[in-house]
Amino acid sequence: MPSQTLEGGFTEPAVQSATAFRSVMEAMARPGTCHTITGATPPSPLSKAAGAVLLTLCDTNTPLYLAGPTDTPEVRAWIAFHTGAPLVGPTVCAFAIGSWADLMPLDPYPIGTPDYPDRSATLIVETDTLPSEKAALIGPGIKDKAYLSLPDLAPIQINHRLFPLGLDFIFTSEATVTALPRSTQVS
Amino acid sequence: MTDQAYNFAYLDEQTKRMIRRAILKGLAVPGYQVPFASREMPMPYGWGTGGVQVSAAVMTTDDCFKVIDQGADDTTNAVSIRSFFKRTAGVKATTRTAEASIIQTRHRIPEDALTESQILVYQVPIPEPLRFLEPRESETRKMHSLEEYGLMHVKLYEDISRHGHIATSYAYPVKVEGRYVMDPSPIPKFDNPKLGDCPAIQLFGAGREQRIYALPPYTQVISLDFEDHPFDPSKADHACGLCGAEHSYLDEVIIDDAGGRMFVCSDTDFCRSRQEDGHKGKDAA
Amino acid sequence: MYVAVKGGERAIENAHAWLAEERRGDQTVPELSVAQIREQMTLAVNRVMAEGSLYDPDLAALAIKQARGDLIEAIFLIRAYRTTLPRFGTSQPIDTESMACDRRISATFKDLPGGQVLGPTFDYTHRLLDFKLAADSDVTEAPQRDAPDRRMPHVADFLNREGLIEEAPHDDTEPRDLTREPLEMPADRPLRLQSLARADEGFILSLAYSSQRGYGRNHAFVGELRIGQLAVEMDIPELGFSIEIGEITVTECESVNQFIGSKTEPPQFTRGYGLVLGQSERKAISMAVVDRAMRWEELGEDNVGAPVQDTEFVLYHADNIQATGFLEHIKLPHYVDFQSELELVRKLRREAGAEQVQEAAE
Repeated sequence: MPSQTLEGGFTEPAVQSATAFRSVMEAMARPGTCHTITGATPPSPLSKAAGAVLLTLCDTNTPLYLAGPTDTPEVRAWIAFHTGAPLVGPTVCAFAIGSWADLMPLDPYPIGTPDYPDRSATLIVETDTLPSEKAALIGPGIKDKAYLSLPDLAPIQINHRLFPLGLDFIFTSEATVTALPRSTQVS
Repeated sequence: MTDQAYNFAYLDEQTKRMIRRAILKGLAVPGYQVPFASREMPMPYGWGTGGVQVSAAVMTTDDCFKVIDQGADDTTNAVSIRSFFKRTAGVKATTRTAEASIIQTRHRIPEDALTESQILVYQVPIPEPLRFLEPRESETRKMHSLEEYGLMHVKLYEDISRHGHIATSYAYPVKVEGRYVMDPSPIPKFDNPKLGDCPAIQLFGAGREQRIYALPPYTQVISLDFEDHPFDPSKADHACGLCGAEHSYLDEVIIDDAGGRMFVCSDTDFCRSRQEDGHKGKDAA
Repeated sequence: MYVAVKGGERAIENAHAWLAEERRGDQTVPELSVAQIREQMTLAVNRVMAEGSLYDPDLAALAIKQARGDLIEAIFLIRAYRTTLPRFGTSQPIDTESMACDRRISATFKDLPGGQVLGPTFDYTHRLLDFKLAADSDVTEAPQRDAPDRRMPHVADFLNREGLIEEAPHDDTEPRDLTREPLEMPADRPLRLQSLARADEGFILSLAYSSQRGYGRNHAFVGELRIGQLAVEMDIPELGFSIEIGEITVTECESVNQFIGSKTEPPQFTRGYGLVLGQSERKAISMAVVDRAMRWEELGEDNVGAPVQDTEFVLYHADNIQATGFLEHIKLPHYVDFQSELELVRKLRREAGAEQVQEAAE
């Protein structure tokens, strides 16, 4: 087994995953706010933040979809060793990871059922700092208004209209995490 | 000193991940009850196992933990839960609301306004607000999915026609962001206005019933009512006998055999800090 | 002057110290060892293992000692311990036909291959207090014979050869795990059986009894009851084959129940199934009767509104650890809620009083 596979996980899993989760939770609870998340060094092209999110949330019970260039033998081996998450296609995944363009379109992902809206996918979107215009966010978790750079508005607006069904997004970039739950209205 | 025989904050990592995923779903769909595979905890079901599991899943080594039961830090079950986390997570504990980063509560919301750096974890006995109208989970789940809340309004209206008032004084149902009707846990209705627009994250854990739900900060939470019978978060019409506070929730304490009684703040930390600041009630020494 | 009650911590410590003293009882009487409980209170140990869902006689005995003989408290200790254990894997399904039977009886046939084996049963004892046991008593050794070295076929298989009983269809789907997933309705049969296997013996007994008395009746014969030891095997991926990791005692009951049939299907007997860790035949028989009753829908029977037919009701209330926790939690302080009710009742009474005064004045 290459050493790259064995390395890059949390050195103190209980303590580091707790801290990492707090960043993800704060991000999901307060859409548009950015939080530092560290502790993981996954193989390229995954960011440190994405690696930490995967280690914090994924395991053998969470089917994962690797979109586009994230699906490399190195990434597969790393995920298998550190999380055991089964790798699947977008239609049955609990989590998906990739760039916005590679994750598109949103239609195939599970959005939950009216009885169980929680049975939906969470998309971990790898982003470079985007030069795009900032979108205005309103909704639960936001006092008045928040702003966030988003890769595209229309699919996110369509997703919001499905509420309480829909997808939730976690945006990762280097060592930063921010999130956009389905409850947020974007304009 | 942490007890080395168990993982940090007692639960194993796989269980924590499962709970953490449920918390994120709860935050994404405010007021919706997310099923989770609650574990048997070393304290009985009904004694805060849901709250304990949620606290264990969110706790970090940097946290400062406060536990209240009926508003008080020194009630036996609060003491027991606080010492559980001191032992298994080695976290700092406090009785001061302002110092705490995680507050686990049973039946009260602290009087002092919470901040953005705090998390309030509620212990929930029966998470389903429709349960006493419809005992079947299969039915109530359908009612939530169809937003079929007529039965709840009928029940409240029957109260009004019988008593002249809505006869629910605690666990008073609320509607979250205009979508889900939610049980705020058995807090007195006096506390309901604090649920909405709150800067802190509020998490609800029901262990025996295997449900987690959440209110992100600044969420709209409305207590159900009628135009001609608006929601009334009233409390005992007295001031605290110890600190003189006029707008805090009060416990009635029987002080002698002749029916003598006094009213004191149920939030012990609030009352103590007021007394420390020199406020005095009529029964204070 | 009122001072809020303080010192919860000390009160708790003192209560625990007193509890330890009470547990030990009179210190001039020799202390019970865990081994004594394990060997001489075996049926209590078995119940704790079954409802605690953990096969470990030593731990169960320790739990009984710690719980001062309160079996539900002991079951609770075992459950709370069990959840902290890592899972290394899943065993192969056990094959009860290969059981080394201590006891094997059928009520539906006078004799059958493998024979009727009474085993260590209370059934035909006269329930007279044996005062010899109050003194130290030596046990006379029971007569022995060689164990039959053939497999013990199941009674239902004999009936099945003639098509007289419904098939138990073979299904390799991985069952859902009650201890790892939230209970969800409708619950399929594997999930129902899991729940019944760890359910409170008293609750399942009463439900089965209510069914016998007519609340969802499905007349049951004990097709077969067997108690004995089985090997548990587990696949070891590194080795590429399965190895025996231990031996357990289980009780299995298959009930043969009233037949169904239709214009297109000739009548057939139906089955109920019970399997419990350890020796616990009352529980296994009750489980089979309740299992069969809950199958009303799949067998096209009427729902007569009997409690035993109500799967949601049975499964949500069968677990004694959940039940006892919630029931006993009303001992915790509820004075905040009570206060809010108190205020409300006072207000309603004030208003009612004012109305009466007004009516009197009019």
